[in-house]
Amino acid sequence: MTALRNVAAIVGKEWRHYFGSPIAWVALFVWTMLFGIFFYFALSYFLEASMRVAQQGMEFGGGMKLSLNEVMIRPLFHNMAVVALFIAPMLTMRLFAEEKRQGTIELLATSPVSDLQVVLGKFLAAAGLYALMILAGLVNVALMWAYASSPPEWKPILTGALGLFLLGSCFLAMGTFVSTLTRNQIVAGILSFCLFLGMWTLGWAEDPMGGPVSKVVAYLGVTTHLEDLVKGVVDLKDVVFYLSVITFGLFLAHQSVESQRWRA
Amino acid sequence: MIEVDGLTKRYGRATAVDGVSFRVERGEILGFLGPNGAGKTTTMRILTCYLPPTDGTARVAGHDVFAQPMEVKKRVGYLPETPPLYPDMSVRDYLDFCARIKGVPGSERRTRVADAMEKCRVGDVRDKLIAKLSKGYRQRVGLAQAILHNPDVLILDEPTAGLDPKQIIETRELIRSLAGSHTVVLSTHILPEVSMTCGRVVIINKGRVVAEDTPDNLTRRLKGAGTIRVEARGDAAAVLEAVRAVPGVLAAHPRGGHDGVVVVDVEAEAGRDVRAELAWAVVTKGHGLVGLQQMGMSLEEIFLHLTTTDAAAEPASAA
Repeated sequence: MTALRNVAAIVGKEWRHYFGSPIAWVALFVWTMLFGIFFYFALSYFLEASMRVAQQGMEFGGGMKLSLNEVMIRPLFHNMAVVALFIAPMLTMRLFAEEKRQGTIELLATSPVSDLQVVLGKFLAAAGLYALMILAGLVNVALMWAYASSPPEWKPILTGALGLFLLGSCFLAMGTFVSTLTRNQIVAGILSFCLFLGMWTLGWAEDPMGGPVSKVVAYLGVTTHLEDLVKGVVDLKDVVFYLSVITFGLFLAHQSVESQRWRA
Repeated sequence: MIEVDGLTKRYGRATAVDGVSFRVERGEILGFLGPNGAGKTTTMRILTCYLPPTDGTARVAGHDVFAQPMEVKKRVGYLPETPPLYPDMSVRDYLDFCARIKGVPGSERRTRVADAMEKCRVGDVRDKLIAKLSKGYRQRVGLAQAILHNPDVLILDEPTAGLDPKQIIETRELIRSLAGSHTVVLSTHILPEVSMTCGRVVIINKGRVVAEDTPDNLTRRLKGAGTIRVEARGDAAAVLEAVRAVPGVLAAHPRGGHDGVVVVDVEAEAGRDVRAELAWAVVTKGHGLVGLQQMGMSLEEIFLHLTTTDAAAEPASAA
């Protein structure tokens, strides 16, 4: 009970920092703007493609319908995953680095809140803001119900959004850890970005002809597990993978915060 | 209220705190005095569970800082050397957050925050951003943060550092008003502060406790080793010779003179009052004794005495 209250207090404080400074507004602005632009491009591409298909249908008879989910929403989510890669360091770099620079870490460390509660509170604050960003972006998608002659399936959209959230949360958890390592926000931001990029590129090792090593490496990539979720398939192993990375990141952050006190 | 036993903190090879022991009773104000780098901040950080000790134990309000840190943290209010403030928050928001993480129940939060703001006189800036506050106000907001949850023990690290004289006086008055209901430990390297606010002093140097007593007692204890000023009419060299011949006198320094009066500062052995013998020696040699005065050492001199010379530190720490 008190544990929950403590975590909630940290979350509230972090949100006050996010929205009291330009960070949250810039992140929301960039995210929703890019979401809109990608949505627009995906829509134009879809219109063009469906026109072409309709023409072919008239010429050769038969004809088929393109799936909105397949042709439009799936690439949109993949694009937004790239944006998440860039925005996540912005959300996490100051979490601990700033507390250390200001000396306010001393306030947190000498108050009756545990290190784990502080780590969780900070991560949840970042994840909450990120969830808000995804919801704001989904407004674009919601418009399709108003205008499309045959609306898309909503389940793959939901699982795709979940995938996007989980993928970004992996970054946020790891970013929280990196932020505990330094008292300089910029250093934390750059290091986080490099780490996220590494987590991302592991997925490029995916090679159908490759041996077990490339399979394992590819399995560890964060993008590998997004594919099925965006298609609308909730595979337990993907969700478990993301949750494990998040837990691992928070574990590292907790260990780091605790050990720094011992070494200090 | 606070029991510290053989507390030691090592950073790698450097020893910041070396076997420090002291006790603080309920409602007392203890001054923690020492030059910069003496180990004051480290000791306070251990008492507030910010750092774990390398060796030794510390108990605050009956709880061990190492075994039961949560219990200790609930009962301690801490003002670090630089107040831990969030510049992008307003004073009220900041104190509200502090109240939350210090476990003040929701129903009492508003009144506690208002109470702390009133006690520390920051009510007039409650809606200002902390970034816009002056140094004095920041210090007071930091103090308000420390007393928010009505802790048994207050630990204040250099609470008057960087304030102007008026603010220093106000802060001291505030601290004095908090004693009684709270047990206060404050550190400082400014001497007058201790004699003005503290009931008892622990002097610490290079990580060791050098002396522990009331400010008055410390002065009295070293009075014997203090100087006696002798003013006599007569020849300077003859007076000096007469004074030096007195048993128990360690040294005599001429301090000039005027109108035929010679002024000599005499250093005597610790714990030995040589005033009568001095007077006798001067008078029997045919000099007119004009004045004889015990020069009590101020705490400042004691402090220099204790921390700049090892020889003087030994008897003091043994006492």
